[in-house]
Amino acid sequence: MPQAISLARALWPLASLAVLLLLVAIAGSFAPTVIQRVMTEAFIRLVMVVGLYLFVGNSGVLSFGQAAFMMTGAYGAAWLDIPVKTKKIFLKGLPGFLGNAEFPPWLAALCAMGFSGLLAFIVGIPLVRLSGLAAAIGTFSVLAIVYVVYSNWDALTNGTSSLIGLPIYVDLWTAYLCAVGSMIAAFWFQNSRLGLALRASREDEVAAKAIGVNVPFARLVAFVLSAMLVALGGVLQAHFLGSLNVMQFYLGITFITIAMLVVGGTGSLAGAVVGTAAISLMFELLRQLEVGFAIGSVQIQVPPGLRELGVAIIMIVILIFRPAGLMAGRELPLPGRLRPRLVTSG
Amino acid sequence: MSAVFQVIVDAASQGSLYALAALGIGLIFGIMRLVNFAHGEFIMIGAYMLMLSAAPYAPLAILATLAAVILLALLTERIAFRPVRHANPTTLLVTSFAVSFFLQFLFVLLQGARPKGFDFLAGLAEPFEIGEVRIPKLNVVTIGITLVLLAALAFFLKRTHYGIQMRAAALNFRMARLLGVRANRIIAIAFAMSGVLAAVVSILYVAQRGELSPVMGLQLALIGFVSTVIGGMGSLVGAVVGGFLVGAVTVVLQAALPVDLRPFREAFVFAIVIVVLLARPRGLFRGRQARERV
Repeated sequence: MPQAISLARALWPLASLAVLLLLVAIAGSFAPTVIQRVMTEAFIRLVMVVGLYLFVGNSGVLSFGQAAFMMTGAYGAAWLDIPVKTKKIFLKGLPGFLGNAEFPPWLAALCAMGFSGLLAFIVGIPLVRLSGLAAAIGTFSVLAIVYVVYSNWDALTNGTSSLIGLPIYVDLWTAYLCAVGSMIAAFWFQNSRLGLALRASREDEVAAKAIGVNVPFARLVAFVLSAMLVALGGVLQAHFLGSLNVMQFYLGITFITIAMLVVGGTGSLAGAVVGTAAISLMFELLRQLEVGFAIGSVQIQVPPGLRELGVAIIMIVILIFRPAGLMAGRELPLPGRLRPRLVTSG
Repeated sequence: MSAVFQVIVDAASQGSLYALAALGIGLIFGIMRLVNFAHGEFIMIGAYMLMLSAAPYAPLAILATLAAVILLALLTERIAFRPVRHANPTTLLVTSFAVSFFLQFLFVLLQGARPKGFDFLAGLAEPFEIGEVRIPKLNVVTIGITLVLLAALAFFLKRTHYGIQMRAAALNFRMARLLGVRANRIIAIAFAMSGVLAAVVSILYVAQRGELSPVMGLQLALIGFVSTVIGGMGSLVGAVVGGFLVGAVTVVLQAALPVDLRPFREAFVFAIVIVVLLARPRGLFRGRQARERV
């Protein structure tokens, strides 16, 4: 029995979030299609934010570059699972064995995650030695390089034009399952030996080194896992919209995902989830305003751009008044029954 | 020979703009360790101010632009950056990222997202001709203004009361405060100066490109950002050298790369940035306060 309780305690932060999101998804499955699409998108964002959290939250090193791996993931999957006919038109530069093959979507997604992970491993080896601002710039440089290369390598990416004809298989439940899957990965990592070592280095890099933590190695593992998760996010996004464009994976998505993580709090998985939920909700409300609505006979509509403006304002307010984010680095609190009690001597 | 000279002048003029942008970012960083992403939006808003006030009389428009950008810089400092002043550099960076997006989309909202054409000081586009070399007057003006501004800044920092306080604050902010440097005032002066630098960049940039859009500042801020890192965070000389270096590398790559690879020019620039970061993580000119103390 005590083992069961300690197991429940250990798994509570993950299970509680997964169940909460399950309730949201069930409620969503009864909602109209438009709402379902919005929620699907939010779950896809959650995959990205959890991926970002896995590196940024555990290591305390800010990465401006994870959108690069969304891009490599999304395009990587597209190279594999776009119908052969479409490939002949848009992707003339694909080598024959890819150009004439059509992978099943799940295999394409796995390969794309592996490909992005490999890229992250290669660029990560030098980059994880950097800290603080140098790391922010270094990772941003990776994003800039990937963006420029993908924008101009017309034969493989169709350049700055959209790539269309991707199989659309992502619905609410696919997105939910992937979100929970990425949360399991992040939760497993943050409680693993390496994850705890990395969190120690986040608090004090010098002290962590002094007790024998191999900081670059721990960061590298987190960087690669993070890249694989955000790649999954990119794959889902591409196969949700059915089209792909390099602009989707540049500064806009970088800003939104960092904002979600910062608003929720970079220090905990619950922060990633709460931040994504809060910003997605606000995004949707402001989108409704942009579409316009009627009060009586007066049509009210606000110009586009308001959503980003709203996110920026919320982010600044949070940074000023609650710099550690909404969750302030904590997971969801344990329910009364699981809470440890003080042992009082009889 | 003349082709080489042409490349040198282009590099110097491009580098001047980048150096000014980098200096505006480096100035703030030196004092409060804030990497001001929003500097690009200062430049962008300066350009819009110039366009909106250009109609009657150009010199007046330049004054209006300077005033508006200085005011904007002071306002963002007061509203967004002062409350988070004591947070760690990463939080400051994220705050400035948010301010940058706020200003950018404010102008998307007010002015629309499309680029607008705007010819300012069109007479400067004509070239001087020296033998076979054709140098646009604008390039000469850009280099000249940059040199004058750099000299003025150097004089301010070395010789004036507030300049010396500012250098003291950059060296050790807490110690400077203990010795009677007023934090709010010195930071406000630094922001006003970065506002001046931003306004000058917006005027020169608009005169060069003849076009403005809400996202125009981003590119310049990124380059300024990259230049300060290459030069060494916290070193003003480093920021200037970094700016010229990035400008020179960009222009030289444009001239030297085979045509097929030219679209990938920026990728090479950023690859060089990564190499510099790895070889010298603290930049070419290390700021004295940038070292981590244990």
